[in-house]
Amino acid sequence: MANESDASRRRVVRLFDVRLVIGGLFVVYGVIVTLIGLFDTSAEIAKAQGVHINLWMGIAMLVFGLLMLLWLRLSPPEPLPGATDDEADTAPSDDQD
Amino acid sequence: MQVLAASGLRLDLDVYDYLILALYFITVLGIGFAARAAIRTSADFFLSGRSMPAWVTGLAFISANLGALEILGMAANGAQYGLMTLHYYWVGAVPAMVFLGIVMMPFYYGSKVRSVPEFLRRRFNNGTHLFNGISFAVAQVLIAGVNLFALALVLQTLLGWPLWISIMLGAAIVLAYITLGGLSSAIYNEVLQFFVILAGLIPITIVGLTKVGGVDGLFEKVRQTPLGEPGLHTWANTGSTDNPLGASWIGIIFGLGFVLSFGYWTTNFAEVQRALSAKNMSAARRTPIIGAFPKLVIPVVTVVPGLIALVTVKGLGAESGDLQYNYAIPQLMRELLPNGVLGVAVTGLLASFMAGMAANVSGFNTVFTYDIWQSYVRKDRSDEYYLRVGRIATVGGVLIGIGTAFIAAGFNNIMNYIQALFSLFNAPLFATFIVGLFWKRMSAWAGFWSLVLGTLASLTLYLLHLGDVIKFNSDLDESFWGAGAAFVVAVIVALIVTQFTPSKPEEELRGLVYGLGGSTTSGDVILAADKVWWRNPVLLGAIALVLAVVLYIPVW
Repeated sequence: MANESDASRRRVVRLFDVRLVIGGLFVVYGVIVTLIGLFDTSAEIAKAQGVHINLWMGIAMLVFGLLMLLWLRLSPPEPLPGATDDEADTAPSDDQD
Repeated sequence: MQVLAASGLRLDLDVYDYLILALYFITVLGIGFAARAAIRTSADFFLSGRSMPAWVTGLAFISANLGALEILGMAANGAQYGLMTLHYYWVGAVPAMVFLGIVMMPFYYGSKVRSVPEFLRRRFNNGTHLFNGISFAVAQVLIAGVNLFALALVLQTLLGWPLWISIMLGAAIVLAYITLGGLSSAIYNEVLQFFVILAGLIPITIVGLTKVGGVDGLFEKVRQTPLGEPGLHTWANTGSTDNPLGASWIGIIFGLGFVLSFGYWTTNFAEVQRALSAKNMSAARRTPIIGAFPKLVIPVVTVVPGLIALVTVKGLGAESGDLQYNYAIPQLMRELLPNGVLGVAVTGLLASFMAGMAANVSGFNTVFTYDIWQSYVRKDRSDEYYLRVGRIATVGGVLIGIGTAFIAAGFNNIMNYIQALFSLFNAPLFATFIVGLFWKRMSAWAGFWSLVLGTLASLTLYLLHLGDVIKFNSDLDESFWGAGAAFVVAVIVALIVTQFTPSKPEEELRGLVYGLGGSTTSGDVILAADKVWWRNPVLLGAIALVLAVVLYIPVW
């Protein structure tokens, strides 16, 4: 039982990591804005003083989002703090800090 | 659509812009639900269980300040006063943030208090605690109303939504995500909002600078405006008050840099709360210092667009209507941003209003629950009980915020209204706080009376100003004098009352007063986690201060 709730809690922690939220939203924004940028009309580019601003910002947001996700991949979240106090004894021993 | 777009400042959003906006709100509510699953105790709800890494709390710290009011206001100041607006960042914020992290955070975090009023109870007594708790709660719901009203005003101006629908919608979303997820939800949204607002503002600076021919072109064009050459300097003309800001270097350093900015950054619980949610002492101390680094460069996306608006938007600086300085950034959005990044910019602006309001509401519900309800109304109940009280307080805070939004609607300049609130609530608190922190003899009742009389002094000046009994040059002038009066009265009262009432025994003040080390503020404990140089708050703080000085050099 303890391990089961621990696992679900861990899923919540992972889902709840702010890097996943930021990374996810920026990847989606990046894709949308890049696509808009690819199909920008000349009137829109002229409005932005000749800068392909949608394309550039889209790519920048996409890269930023992917970097956030990469960071999450390279250093996964630590267990929730509640776990360190009242659940320390139920936590599996192979837990990594 | 053409008719709508043609009227005033109305932005012509297309379906993709609305998609970007909708995705943001879905994400925000999703965070609320995810946070709800993770919340078990009242500490989770109010302090995020003291679990946040420093980069998250640091960005939330700066983001709680980077409300849309701040962004629109600083761009407006950039257009009106030129580069002297930089003082608000490099003198008016960074030093106070570094001071908070290095000197004050050991007392806040180390004493394990859950709020600024609670610190006052430990240092002084229950009376001081209750007075500050109530005045803080009142201030927060008033400021929440300002944020809500400003949000609605922008929605009305840019998107044409009716004012009351915008107020209700904004309130409902903030209510949903804080009631669900508490402070964690607020902090996560602040961090998310920080990046979204930057993604919305950066294109304005890039496209705007392209339009005016780069930085050189911008400066050249500013020289030809009525603002002229003085608008391109920060210190050069401050020997007298003959400069755009009308302030001498003494006023800038002591007035803005010391009383106003230290008062705001070091005692404002809506800010300090972010650091209290950090996972350890080192992270708590680094919180405001990490926040100081973005603060150093944020002018690039606020003050610079203000200057760009000054030279590109014809007639900017009108007394009323769409050409007020406050609309510098919306004007540029309308003129320069194509659909797509426009949606991101609108989303960032709305997100930052909601973050501002969420910061007020999450400060309010914590102080109401811990410092008023638990301390004086219903003691010794279960933790679930206080968690429930916190959620109810959130609903109450948002409802009162809707009411106070209509108070804010009665002020023609909301920035001045905010300044008046700060002079009422922050200036006396800062004076009481700073004396109590550095002078161990200051007695418990000295704390109470200096806070009460300091607030009264400021309130009296404000009422006399409203009643036209005393004439000030402007509302803003009144709030500077109000803050000054509150500060001086609070300090003098503290000195006098201490002579006649007993000081607290030193044992009770350990860890609360400078020079009286406690178990939590001794050097070893503070430095334990700071062994890596890039985690050392003192070094990081020093780097921030040096950068603030260096950045001034090209715009002397």
